[in-house]
Amino acid sequence: MDETSIIISGFGGQGTLFAGQVLAYASMDNGLEVTWIPSYGPEMRGGTAHCTVIISEEPIGSPLIRNPDVVLALNLPSVDKYEDLVPKGGVLVANSSLFNREIKRKDITSLLIPANQIAEEIGISRLVNMIMVGAMTRLKPILPLDAVKKALEEHIPERHKNTLPMNFEALDKGFAFAEKTG
Amino acid sequence: MAKELLKGNHAFAEAAIRAGVEAFYGYPITPSSEFLEYMSSRLPSLGRAFVQAESEVSAINMVYGAACAGKRAMTASSSPGISLMMEGISYIAGTEVPAVVVNVMRGGPGLGNIAPSQGDYYQMIKGGGHGDYFPIVLAPARVQEAIDSIELAFDLAEKYRSIVHVIVDGNMGQMMEPAELPPMKEISKEVPDWAVTGAKGREPNTLTSIYLAPEDEEVTNLRLLKRWKEIEKNEVLYQEYQLDDAEILVIGFGTAGRVASSAIREAREEGIKAGLLRPITLAPFPQERLIELTKQVRRILVVEMNSGMMLDDVMKIVKGQVPVEFYGRMGGMTPLPDEILDEIKRVAANKGPGSDDPRDEWIPRLEGRILGEK
Repeated sequence: MDETSIIISGFGGQGTLFAGQVLAYASMDNGLEVTWIPSYGPEMRGGTAHCTVIISEEPIGSPLIRNPDVVLALNLPSVDKYEDLVPKGGVLVANSSLFNREIKRKDITSLLIPANQIAEEIGISRLVNMIMVGAMTRLKPILPLDAVKKALEEHIPERHKNTLPMNFEALDKGFAFAEKTG
Repeated sequence: MAKELLKGNHAFAEAAIRAGVEAFYGYPITPSSEFLEYMSSRLPSLGRAFVQAESEVSAINMVYGAACAGKRAMTASSSPGISLMMEGISYIAGTEVPAVVVNVMRGGPGLGNIAPSQGDYYQMIKGGGHGDYFPIVLAPARVQEAIDSIELAFDLAEKYRSIVHVIVDGNMGQMMEPAELPPMKEISKEVPDWAVTGAKGREPNTLTSIYLAPEDEEVTNLRLLKRWKEIEKNEVLYQEYQLDDAEILVIGFGTAGRVASSAIREAREEGIKAGLLRPITLAPFPQERLIELTKQVRRILVVEMNSGMMLDDVMKIVKGQVPVEFYGRMGGMTPLPDEILDEIKRVAANKGPGSDDPRDEWIPRLEGRILGEK
């Protein structure tokens, strides 16, 4: 497996940093090397927040990258920022609930997923991040969905434990949406 | 023990606890605050000292006091906070007591910003405080290396009765990586024979940095210098990557070194024989290894997140034997692998003579890149 770089980007409060941590835990538990690094600027809820996750079988050099293989864009500013940066053959998953435009790039795998709507169908709007991760595991199968679920179960904060079944549902629905659309 | 996914600042702090730190004094500042926060949650429950002081000046003087009492003491801060501590650091060095200072560096000068930087190189490596002294400086680049560096820092501090700085940039403080923590170490019951502990049943010890007679101060300076020469001989650490057949030598520490290793991997795929020397001890610098390498490589590229500070040390050692070039980002900017790859390719193709100051060629290149990024 080559090194895979992932950027998860959205508004503060959408759970982008935690989604990256779940991937990092799942990678570590699968015996892979991984780095997770947040944007840690003076941004809070409502501002932008992103993290970079690099997954590899080899020791990882740079924890930062200009052209991420995979982008999970949870809002429009993130789509605008990263659409042109994904390398040819890369993956862009975009939360189409929050914007209304096509993805221009034709040389990448892109998926428009109405993550907010799916989240509301399940019952909590905060599940957007896990829906996006679920879709990613289908389009870029570097980690099995079960490994992500296991990592989530083991590392979800205690106060959110009661939402675990819904988080699993979010992962499944994201995966299924990608499967159906792709 | 199994690997855990650890954030740099937390890993540092827990590593210090497991290495037997008995007292932490600090004042919060981004991007090192999680370090202090973590200590505040762990140390009191272990019956050890934690004080959030009213300022960095107080914090470092509390470290000074605890160190004089023979305790493993430390602080952690970020660039502007470290500047405030410099007087106390000089006193610790002058008194010859061991202490560990962690600097999670951010963009400067001045208030600057909270983004990752290596702009404190001169301040940390060349002393920073007043007077003749020589700090030991470790610059880990991975969370695991940071954990290992902390225990080493305490051991070196005590072995040489020296101040030891551990410097990382904000990236390292904030990033998470799988790493393994060492088991909890028993706190040593042994009190160093120089410590001030009340003098019950023995002659009093005196610890001071005051030597009013210049003759006495000079003897002290000489003692510190001779001790430093021992440190230079014994304690050099560095990591090499792809150096065996390298023709282009890249030198970078901390995050810049890591990023360079990614660029080197890609350069190798394009047939360029590049390799990395990443100093782990910036002081003492891996001088002998660099001298050896100047006989092997045909060109050197120094990569830093500052205006070319380690570059000066490299130039001093290389002495014009091989052309040296420079690439840096400043102000809290982290260079990305593609930038360094471009530089490696450019350097590999450059057959020209070296420059007395490689910054002169770098400045217009950086200006071009900044324009291109806009």
